[in-house]
Amino acid sequence: MPQSLDRLKESPSQTAGPYVHIGLTPNFVDIRGVFDTDLGSGPLVNDKTRGERIEIRVRIIDGAGAPIKDALVEIWQADADGLHNSPSELRGTADPNFAGWGRLPTGMDTGECVFRTIKPGRVPFRDGRPMAPHVTFWIVARGINIGLHTRMYFGDEEAANAEDPVLARIEHRHRVETLIAPREGDVYTFDVHLQGERETVFFDI
Amino acid sequence: MTMAEGNMLSNRRPETGAFFQRDRTWHPPAFAPGYKSTVLRSPQKALLSLDGTLSEITGPAFGHNLIGELDDDLIHNFAAPGESAIGPRIVVYGRVLDERGKGVPGVLLEVWQANAGGRYRHKRDGYLAALDPNFGGCGRTITGEDGSYSFRTVQPGPYPWPNGPNDWRPAHIHFSVFGHGFAQRLISQFYFEGDPMIWKCPIVRTIPDRAAIETLIATLDMDATIPMDARAYKFDIVLRGRRSSMFENRPEGN
Ligand SMILES: [Fe+2]
Repeated sequence: MPQSLDRLKESPSQTAGPYVHIGLTPNFVDIRGVFDTDLGSGPLVNDKTRGERIEIRVRIIDGAGAPIKDALVEIWQADADGLHNSPSELRGTADPNFAGWGRLPTGMDTGECVFRTIKPGRVPFRDGRPMAPHVTFWIVARGINIGLHTRMYFGDEEAANAEDPVLARIEHRHRVETLIAPREGDVYTFDVHLQGERETVFFDI
Repeated sequence: MTMAEGNMLSNRRPETGAFFQRDRTWHPPAFAPGYKSTVLRSPQKALLSLDGTLSEITGPAFGHNLIGELDDDLIHNFAAPGESAIGPRIVVYGRVLDERGKGVPGVLLEVWQANAGGRYRHKRDGYLAALDPNFGGCGRTITGEDGSYSFRTVQPGPYPWPNGPNDWRPAHIHFSVFGHGFAQRLISQFYFEGDPMIWKCPIVRTIPDRAAIETLIATLDMDATIPMDARAYKFDIVLRGRRSSMFENRPEGN
């Protein structure tokens, strides 16, 4: 036998289930007094945050065409200059007034949630080419066995999207559209389709 | 919470490599019809492989000052003053490691669970078992420098759920883990040693490999109990490992 690599296996994922709110957004389901606020649920911006204020309106749509009313969505993005507020960001110091992370449950009536954030700057791909501005999404819910990673790109960034090295890897070109959120005023609408003809491109990252 | 506080957790050098490829045969598949809710919620097309970019290699950091005094004590964090939750009192402890076996510090670990009767404090839970007025069901903590954590709670009860006509969940605690990169993000559930319900559960059985399921079973540790107070269960969590950036592959001129 050769030497062992001494690797462990990642803990297997299990669904977040229908009661994910109790753990991650308890105030949303009226469990008050344990945590002051639901972590990540406020606006991502404050008065001093640099960058263009936008809203991202999100729906997660199941295979029957219905918005999911018990999903939990997290976003992660760069600041206006393309820097992440993370210890692993070594290219510079991100805007201290922008954490870049948000977490919201989809509405129990509407199936919708709205992130108040800024439009991120461009972040380099592994080979140094700039990626188009984008927001990273992670989606969990009852019936989702392992969290789904995807990205939202901006509908008014046609030139940047056209040269984005990640979008360029999508073989069936009509599927690129599933990652591009149209803009209306300051609101981008991102409908994530779990299945069907318009199934969103999800990533194995 | 501010990110600056997260950055000051320690002076350790942050790691910036991409993560080991996720072993998708070890995790449950998206489509697992024994668990009916997956049928209309499972992507059907192949995932697009993406070796982590900066967007996935980075992630937010959470400072210890986020955590309130009772956040890791589910027996008391929702209870009226002087009262406590009802049920078998337990301490859950362990470490958050990565696939290289290194302890992961500064990990935000959030947990939620039913009460000792198997009832959740949630308006969508209609199980007839009683609510405990002193039990909320949520807690959180942040791992220490060696990846260690612990919290105190009551052991949750099993509960019936609408899947098959007579499906019951084994006693379990849900957990959410925030590592250092967004690509490490993980939610799962852990179970308790010796529970025969584990092997009957359609959600557990979405995991194809018995050895993988066994890594989600906490072990009774009578050496870690608090005598005359609480028994202890040990449960380690493993996040994806990171490649070292010893020999970065960079094109000329970069
Ligand atoms: Fe549960």
